[in-house]
Amino acid sequence: MILNERRDVTAVADDHNASSPLSIHDMTVAYHRRPVLWDIDYAAPEGSLIGIVGPNGAGKSTMIKACLDLVPRASGSVRFHGGTYRAQRRSVGYVPQRESVDWDFPASALDVVAMGCYGRIPWCWPVRRKDREAAREALDRVGMVDYADRQISKLSGGQQQRVFLARALVQDARTYLMDEPFAGVDAATEAAIVTLLRTLRDGGKTVLVVHHDLQTVPEYFDHVVLLNMRIVAAGATAEVFTPENLQKTYGGRLTLLDKAAHVMASGGRR
Amino acid sequence: MVWEWSIDGWILLAGVLSACSCALVGNFLVLRKLSLMGDAISHAVLPGLVIAFIVTNSRASLPMFVGAVIVGVLTAFLTQVITRHGKVEHGAAMGVVFSILFAFGLVLIRRAPGADHVDLDPECVLLGNMMQIGMAGFGGMFPTAITNLLIVMAANILFVGLFYKELRICAFDPELATSLGIPASVMHYALMVMVAITTIASFEAVGSILVIAMLIVPAVTAHLLADRLGAMIFLSLIAAAVSAVMGHVLAMFGPGWLGMKTTVASLAETSPMTAETSAMMAVVAGALLLAAVLFSPEHGLLGRAYHRFALATRIVGQDVLGWLYRGQEAGKHVMMRTEVIRVIGRSWQSRWALRRLQHQGLLDVETHESGEAGLRLTQRGRIQAERVVGSHRLWESYMSEHFDLADDHLHEPANRMEHFITPELQDELRRDVPDATRDPHGKPVPPLNDSLLDDS
Repeated sequence: MILNERRDVTAVADDHNASSPLSIHDMTVAYHRRPVLWDIDYAAPEGSLIGIVGPNGAGKSTMIKACLDLVPRASGSVRFHGGTYRAQRRSVGYVPQRESVDWDFPASALDVVAMGCYGRIPWCWPVRRKDREAAREALDRVGMVDYADRQISKLSGGQQQRVFLARALVQDARTYLMDEPFAGVDAATEAAIVTLLRTLRDGGKTVLVVHHDLQTVPEYFDHVVLLNMRIVAAGATAEVFTPENLQKTYGGRLTLLDKAAHVMASGGRR
Repeated sequence: MVWEWSIDGWILLAGVLSACSCALVGNFLVLRKLSLMGDAISHAVLPGLVIAFIVTNSRASLPMFVGAVIVGVLTAFLTQVITRHGKVEHGAAMGVVFSILFAFGLVLIRRAPGADHVDLDPECVLLGNMMQIGMAGFGGMFPTAITNLLIVMAANILFVGLFYKELRICAFDPELATSLGIPASVMHYALMVMVAITTIASFEAVGSILVIAMLIVPAVTAHLLADRLGAMIFLSLIAAAVSAVMGHVLAMFGPGWLGMKTTVASLAETSPMTAETSAMMAVVAGALLLAAVLFSPEHGLLGRAYHRFALATRIVGQDVLGWLYRGQEAGKHVMMRTEVIRVIGRSWQSRWALRRLQHQGLLDVETHESGEAGLRLTQRGRIQAERVVGSHRLWESYMSEHFDLADDHLHEPANRMEHFITPELQDELRRDVPDATRDPHGKPVPPLNDSLLDDS
């Protein structure tokens, strides 16, 4: 099968831009052999706020998850700061979609935020005082310190989203990948999140955000990736976020890609 | 029925140990929405046990444990495989795996060479054999089942204690755990191994059917009552221990209390006893869950009924305050109690609400010359009343600004809303309406508290 063809590891390493915080080379992702992302090739510029935009089913979340090894890649490779994700785990922070967890879980906001520190705590070691302090500080940064001891199901959607952001903050990463942090939050939370993202960027961090609201894209993001099963265009928002590119991204799926994916899923049988 | 410590003591110990072991790992099954996994593994271990028996030709504990662990992991693994490749949901995949494995175990018992003398009594597998444990300890011997349960309990405590943080993050957010270098799949299999071991050890005590009750019910009960993981685990252990103790006590004496003919527990005829204790343990666990459903302070049915009552009382009380305030505006500083009762209704709830107002110091009751009781707002009562009336009038203004409603339709909705407007909301309303000092009917909106403290 073509998709599983292994490339020479050293050759792959050469294809990457080692200075980029996130460099994706020729990545294809398939579910049951049916490609959902085709040949993604992208290098994120350091210290920028990047929006990943595209219609439903375009593969935005899948792209992030494939970078983080949460979804298997059929081909291609990913480097964070020049290293594999395994090697660079500490420098990458991930904010999943809010619905991905059970908010009835018996834990306080502080407990959840402290989970961001677990990667630094040795195995079998309890959560330390300094971790809880770091968690409290992160809650303060997202304006949630008053809710530290509240059980998470008693928080509003926007507050839950902020808890997730605080959890990413305590990871103290260099690059952040966020899956729809603006989904279903109130205007106040949205403003707070934007401010926070800008603070992160101004501190030299790179932030990639899956986003669905086209109207706010030029205001929020320096760079944008227009995605619909393949990268339609990527670059500085001012240059790339054009009506023509949007038309190409949102103007329906490429039927030819769909047909090709179908053929691949059926293993080449007609 | 006679309580015999040398027998019943061992039964109690076995019950408590197995119930608590099950509850400990059960918490994580419940939190990970894998409740059925306990059921699956407790059935699927049967072929493991039989094969272990055939291979070693003994009923020694160690091979049994090894067999159980292997099949336990196999169950979890096959479930994953079927879920991924069979395009079925997780629960269905579990059902497929465990029923087939269990059936395979049954076939092995009957057909496999050398297995025909396996004395795995089906009833014993399903319901356990408490009495045997008790009897084994009769005369001061230390029953092997108890040793096994002690080891498993210690292993479970060690497992949960050491990997508390890892288990917690893997249960809450496996993707984050994996991305932080705590492989969720490894923890998953480790948990499954612990479930398998616990299940085997508890087999003899409560039987395979009731293992599932002990794995799930105490944890679910605790989940209803606790909002922290530590508290949940603690409460589940309490619930498990109580179920075990009460279960045995009720099995011993319950039928007698109910006037039923007590089972004759002649030492030879032990099976009725066995079934009663383990079945009664599950019944008590179920009763505790029911109690949690009814009485849990937040989610409980009674708690919610209480909150409804408290809300209704508050609303009546605020209606009284508003009524008295409007009276004051009209120059009438004292209202007759009978008059107020006529407005708010004659129910016992109204009387209760009046009493509370008085008790809270919002209302003064003075006796008139006529012998009738008169009600007067205290200073604090007046401030409260201003908040209610203010909310009412501000809401009217807000609606007349934003809703297409006739002026005479404003009062009713405002009457409802006035009880739910917090001071913060009232602030927002003040900023939102064109004139925050008058309502649409021209009545003054009382300003927010403080300034009026020195008024009356």
